[in-house]
Amino acid sequence: MDISQLFYDLFFDYTLRTVALGSAILGIVSGALGSFAVLRKQSLLGDAISHAALPGIVIAFLLTRSREPAVLMLGALIAGWLATLFMLNVIRTTRIKDDSALGLVLSVFFGMGLMLLTFTQKLPDATQAGLDKFLFGQAATLLQSDVVTMAVIGTLAIVLLMTFWKEFKLITFDPEYAASLGYPVRFLDVLLTTLLVIAIVIGLQTVGVVLMSAMIVAPAAAARQWTDKLKNMIILGGLFGALAGVSGTLISGSAEKLPTGPVIVLCMSVIVLFSMLFATNRGLVWNWFRNLQNRRQLRAQAVLGDLNTLAMQHPNQERGHSSAVLRAMSTNPEGVSLALSQLKEQGYAQELSKDAWALTQAGLDEAGKNEEKEA
Amino acid sequence: MAVNAIDVTDLTIAYKDKPVLWDVDMEVPSGTLMAIVGPNGAGKTTMIKSILGLIKPAAGQVLVYGKPYAEQRHLVGYVPQRGSVDWDFPTSVLDVVMMGRYGALGWLKRPGASERVAALDALDKVGMKSFAERQISQLSGGQQQRVFLARALVQDAQLYFMDEPFQGVDATTERAIVTLLQELRSAGKTVVVVHHDLQTVPEYFDWVTMLNVRRIACGPVSEVFTDNNLRKAYGGKVAFLSAENGKH
Repeated sequence: MDISQLFYDLFFDYTLRTVALGSAILGIVSGALGSFAVLRKQSLLGDAISHAALPGIVIAFLLTRSREPAVLMLGALIAGWLATLFMLNVIRTTRIKDDSALGLVLSVFFGMGLMLLTFTQKLPDATQAGLDKFLFGQAATLLQSDVVTMAVIGTLAIVLLMTFWKEFKLITFDPEYAASLGYPVRFLDVLLTTLLVIAIVIGLQTVGVVLMSAMIVAPAAAARQWTDKLKNMIILGGLFGALAGVSGTLISGSAEKLPTGPVIVLCMSVIVLFSMLFATNRGLVWNWFRNLQNRRQLRAQAVLGDLNTLAMQHPNQERGHSSAVLRAMSTNPEGVSLALSQLKEQGYAQELSKDAWALTQAGLDEAGKNEEKEA
Repeated sequence: MAVNAIDVTDLTIAYKDKPVLWDVDMEVPSGTLMAIVGPNGAGKTTMIKSILGLIKPAAGQVLVYGKPYAEQRHLVGYVPQRGSVDWDFPTSVLDVVMMGRYGALGWLKRPGASERVAALDALDKVGMKSFAERQISQLSGGQQQRVFLARALVQDAQLYFMDEPFQGVDATTERAIVTLLQELRSAGKTVVVVHHDLQTVPEYFDWVTMLNVRRIACGPVSEVFTDNNLRKAYGGKVAFLSAENGKH
C-alpha cells in the first residue's frame, strides 16, 4: 500500500479512520494527564492503575454479560480507582513505602484479573471471546460508537483539567503550601488521580493494560525535553501522544498482522528517543554541541592571549610567529592550528606569510579586553 | 493588652505512638521576631506545621490572633523548607511567586495583572526582580530561598512562618533575609523562624522558643536564652556557647 493510498484511507476508510481517531484521542488525553502524573512523581501509578483495571473489566462482563465497551470501561474505571485508593491507604496507614505498595497492588489486582480471565474463558458460551484482547489491546475492534464514548469522556477530563488548572498546578508543585492556603489538597489529589484513571481507561481497548503506562509516561518525558513551561508541556504531551497514536495506526494499517497497540507504543518510544537526543536545551546532542562550542571558544581565547603575549615581547614590530611557538606555549598543542583558523575567521588573527601569525588590530583590542576582565 | 499573635496550649503530637511534641505551650506576642530552636527531632518543623493545620494534633489548642487558624488563614504567610519541592518543575520565578496570591484569589479565578504587579513588587523586595522570567531550575540555593520569601510576601500577611530560611544560603543572602525580617517587624508583623544557628539568635531575634519535644523555654531572648536552658534543650552539648552567653 502506498503512502497516498494510506492517507486517502485515513479519511475515507471507516476502520482506519475510526482507529486513527480513537488513537488520537487516547494520545491527547493520556499525554496531557500523564504529564501531571510524571510531575507528581507518579509515573508508576499509571502502570498499577492500568494493570488493576483488568479484573474490573472481567467482573463487569461477568455481572452484565455484556461486551459493550462503555460497560467494560466503567468496570475498569471502578477497579482502577479502587486500586488507587487501596494503595494510598496502604501508604498512609502502614510502614510500606510507595514503590512497594505500587508493586503490591499491581500484582494482586493483575493476578486476580488473569485468574478471572482464565475462569471466564472456560465458560460454556462464547460471549466472552475477545476479553483477553484487553491485555495487549486490539484497536481494530474499535467502533465509531466507542470512539464517541472515548471522545466524550476524554473531553470531560480535559475540561476538568483546564477548569482546575491553577489548583492542580499548585498541588503538583507544592502540596503543603497549597494546604496552608486552605485548598483541600486531599480532594484535589483524588480528583486529579481520577482524571488519570479516566485517561488510562480510555486507552485500554486500543493499547491494552500491559502497555498503557507507556502512553502515560512517554509523552510527558518527551514533552519535558522541549519546554520549561507547564502549559506547553501539557499541550506538547497531548500532541506527541496523538502523533504516536495516528502514526502507529497508519503503520500497523499498512502492514498485515502488525498489532496497533504495540506499534503506537513503539512510535511513542521513537518520539521520546528523538526528544532525548535532539531537544533544544535538554537534548544530549544539543548539550554535546554546546560543550564543543565552548571548548573551541576557550581554546581560541587561549591562543589569542598567547599571540598577544608574543606581540608585547616584540613591541613596534610587524612580525609573525610560527605555530610551533604557539604549540609550545599551549596546554593543548593539537588544538592550535584549529584555533588559529578560527581566530582568522573571526578577524582577530592574520597570517602575514606562510606560518607567520600575528594579531590584527581587532585581535589586539579583544586581547586587551580579556586581560581587563581577568584583572 | 493586645491579643497574642499565637497562643498554643497543651499541644501534643505523636507519630506512630512516639511523641514528637509533648504538652507544649507557646505564646508569641504580636510584633515580635521569634526563633524556634532545638536539636534535630525536637519538633520545630512539626510545631509550625501544626499551627498551620498541616498536621493534626493529638491534643491541644492553637489560636492565631485569638481565633482558630482556619478563620485566620488570610493573615498568615508560610515559607516552607526550600528542599520540600522539586525545583525542576517546569515553571518560572514569577509564576511561583504569584502562587502566594492563590489563597486570596480563591477557586477557579486565574492570576491577572494585579497579581503580576504584586509578585514583581515582592521580587524587587528580595532583590530578584531581574529573575522574574527565569526558569526555577536555574536558581542557586540562596535564590530559591528568596523566591520562597517573595511568595510569602505577596500573601501580605500579618504573621509569617519560615522553616529554616537560612539553610544553605550564603552570607549575602543571609544578611538580605535578616534585613527583610527586621523590616517586617518594623511594619508591625510577627515572624516565627525555625532556626539552627544558636550563635546568631541574640543578634537576629527578640523572642525565642526552645524546644526538645517538650517546651524548655519561651520568652524574650534576653531572659530565657540562657546557658541553663540551652543545656536543658541540647543535653549539655553546647559548651562552646557558654563564653558568649555567660552574660545572660
